[in-house]
Amino acid sequence: MGNYIPNTENEQSQMLSEIGFQSMEELFGHIPDEVKVKDGLNIPEGMSELEVRKSMQKIAGKNRVFETIFRGAGAYRHFIPSIVKSVISKENLLTAYTPYQAEISQGILQSIFEYQTMICDLTGMDTSNASVYDGATAAAEGIAMCKERKRKKAMISATVLPYVLETVKTYCFGNGMELVVIPEKDGVTDVEFLKENIDKETACVYIQHPNYYGNLEDAENIGNIVHEAGAKYIMGVNPISLGALKTPREYGADVAVGDGQPLGLSIAFGGPYLGFMACVEGMTRKLPGRIVGQTVDHNGKTGYVLTLQAREQHIRREKASSNVCSNQALCALAVSVYMAAMGNEGLANAAIQSTSKAHYLAAELEKIGFAVENKTDFFHEFVTKSETPAETALKALEEQGILGGYPLDDHRILWCCTEVNSKEEMDAVVRILKEV
Amino acid sequence: MLVFEKSRPGRGCSMLPACDVEIVLPKEKDKRELALHMPELSENELSRHYTELAKKSHGVNDGFYPLGSCTMKYNPKINEDMAALPGFTEVHPLQPAHTVQGCMEVMKETEEYLCEITGMDHMTFQPAAGAHGEFTGLLLIKAYHESRGDKKRTKIIVPDSAHGTNPASAVMAGYSVVSIPSGEDGCVDLEKLRAVAGDDIAGLMLTNPNTVGLFDKNILEITNIVHGCGGLCYYDGANLNAVMGTVRPGDMGFDVIHLNLHKTFSTPHGGGGPGSGPVGCKECLTEFLPSVLVEGEETLSFVKSEHSIGEMKSFYGNFLVVVRALTYLKTLGREGIPKASQNAVLNANYMMNKLKDLYTMAYDEVCMHEFVMSLSDLKKKTGVSAMDIAKGLLDNGIHPPTMYFPLIVDEALMVEPTETESRETLDEAIQVFRNLYEMAEKEAESLHAAPVTTPVTRLDEVGAARHPVLRYQFS
Repeated sequence: MGNYIPNTENEQSQMLSEIGFQSMEELFGHIPDEVKVKDGLNIPEGMSELEVRKSMQKIAGKNRVFETIFRGAGAYRHFIPSIVKSVISKENLLTAYTPYQAEISQGILQSIFEYQTMICDLTGMDTSNASVYDGATAAAEGIAMCKERKRKKAMISATVLPYVLETVKTYCFGNGMELVVIPEKDGVTDVEFLKENIDKETACVYIQHPNYYGNLEDAENIGNIVHEAGAKYIMGVNPISLGALKTPREYGADVAVGDGQPLGLSIAFGGPYLGFMACVEGMTRKLPGRIVGQTVDHNGKTGYVLTLQAREQHIRREKASSNVCSNQALCALAVSVYMAAMGNEGLANAAIQSTSKAHYLAAELEKIGFAVENKTDFFHEFVTKSETPAETALKALEEQGILGGYPLDDHRILWCCTEVNSKEEMDAVVRILKEV
Repeated sequence: MLVFEKSRPGRGCSMLPACDVEIVLPKEKDKRELALHMPELSENELSRHYTELAKKSHGVNDGFYPLGSCTMKYNPKINEDMAALPGFTEVHPLQPAHTVQGCMEVMKETEEYLCEITGMDHMTFQPAAGAHGEFTGLLLIKAYHESRGDKKRTKIIVPDSAHGTNPASAVMAGYSVVSIPSGEDGCVDLEKLRAVAGDDIAGLMLTNPNTVGLFDKNILEITNIVHGCGGLCYYDGANLNAVMGTVRPGDMGFDVIHLNLHKTFSTPHGGGGPGSGPVGCKECLTEFLPSVLVEGEETLSFVKSEHSIGEMKSFYGNFLVVVRALTYLKTLGREGIPKASQNAVLNANYMMNKLKDLYTMAYDEVCMHEFVMSLSDLKKKTGVSAMDIAKGLLDNGIHPPTMYFPLIVDEALMVEPTETESRETLDEAIQVFRNLYEMAEKEAESLHAAPVTTPVTRLDEVGAARHPVLRYQFS
């Protein structure tokens, strides 16, 4: 058995007797017998570190790691600079709690301030929080922050990631907001439906750009419609796309959210990722979660603190803007390091290479009978429809060590390319599928 | 200095090769026009920048961290190694089931361990943190009542000693909060509870041990009262580190719980997350659990109940945090898990007993894994507040206890040493606390000025909130 208790049995006995107890049993003697565990826990015996390592490695070995991945749909394998892991492994940062004691947490607080700045710069917005759990919860929190006394209806496009839609539905089941799903038309948000159904009770409209199918939405036009109705405009964005595509600010959004995973986090079977949230200045006090601000100490030296806490649960309790407490601080740090290491050029390059490669693969697949369904411009994801069943195609790729796109139904596949996919790999996909 | 202030145009790191296919640029109408201002630094400069930030941060690795209610125990290194295995980090969440049997095994095995430790029947790992778990658990309660056509239950009972997330979560789940005052002993006042228990109560949220560090001996009576009025009982697992192997929430009458893997199960908190807040429940709530559960023996698969409340976030939760927790569970096992709790309780009682002749304990009884001191007497006598003592601790290399919580104790300091601290560390900390007390009596001024050895002194929080500067402005 392994454990991390420094005090020996002898030392424990001495400590017990010094404070007037004969045994551990006596120390727990005040707990009523009727609720006590009788015969110990029915779990396996503990193990040494060597045994545990072997056991965990064996489990990890039951997963298949694909060298080549063309699957996105909410989790994207991008290049991650080595410095990212180096920084987030630093123990002072890794093993700290939320920075409640600012004087000994300046490093963490400053890193969050830098993260907030980078997210604002990336999205074009004014204020960012310190992160929430992921893109889906950021979407749900973004919608909740737009709720007003006379506006309790939210509208969301059907072209968002399925997990985003489902999570938003769950949050609305909780907070009682009415949710209207704007249907899809030709792979994008049905703008006519939006025009007809938006009203004075609509608090906000949420769209994703690029959307689930990779398509670019008519984002500016949608924003105008939303604002004419007096509602708030929320855009869910892929942060990598912002290296090349217009920012939510340029499209007129009031709130920008998204999943930060593409910015330096492993796909890791779905988490941990992080949700970023940024908004225009007037909505700052509606943001959920932690926010770090700059201030000065008693000697006039610049420092950083958790601020605007009057929004938060530990002060406001049932009147808080959200219950968020722990967020994804270490992931936010990873994202900051990623953006700093990539720099302006690197970010733009990752975006442009991702979209360029997606267009190359789409064109090549089109040639062999995988018709590209996207009718509008797309970013780094696209949908093909083929006579070859999706399952057959994907199985053939899998046998060659390639994780193909995500099957949307029996004949449609959602593909994704990023800068890590080489031309050689894409040509291999085409070669394999040609023979199916 | 901020990373942006260190930036020099033209510097940077070379990360990507040239594009090997024809470049496609967005059309004008969708092309970014706003300039980017990411820092431009060499890798050496970048690396030093973050090393500097790390030096200005205090983690469990830096020293004693008795932050009450946060269970800042040591974070074992093997956990990190296992969570970094490519077999876990390089797996796409939407891979075919037969290629992710290992990930499913992690979820199933962790579920088995944690259900046995807590006395629950099933568990979801989708919630990303404790507060997210609370919200999830309350939605299970809501779905349960709605499934029975019971629409009149609109209230959740929360003791006034509860974590702030409890009432905030209740509101997110659409409930109104009935706050009940604690008794003089810091525990639930049974009469007050009976008075509010009616057919409008959806449930009760409770920690046991409670936030003053005491085990509520009336727990069976409490859960009986709530069940008696048709409500369900929610266990906030923030304090589970006190009772593992001794008491199980399921045996105390709780129907649904959340755990904080980043507290009780030794995963690092990362300066504010990622955490993991799995939610366990009894059979009566299983059909409402969010997302998927893992089923099967030889071959594992995901199954989703048709009555599920839906998804709480994307995919399966903070998976790598679960990997760390499983590594820890396997290490400690049947004997180690109860021992961890026993030593957490011993360390807390040891410290409390060695301090209570000087400091006033809010409740002078056998405590569990943490205890709460009230510095209100000291403040009256010397003007030195809980905040001042906390800041004095900083100058001694100790992370202060949780301050001014729970709200029912005036000038509170909540101390949770955890089981991974040695007797010497506790003795040193006790001595520091005693020295600070003496200092308060003799030279209060110097404590008002503390800390003086940290990278910055006390910060102007009022100014920060009044004139918010929330980002760097590029010129």
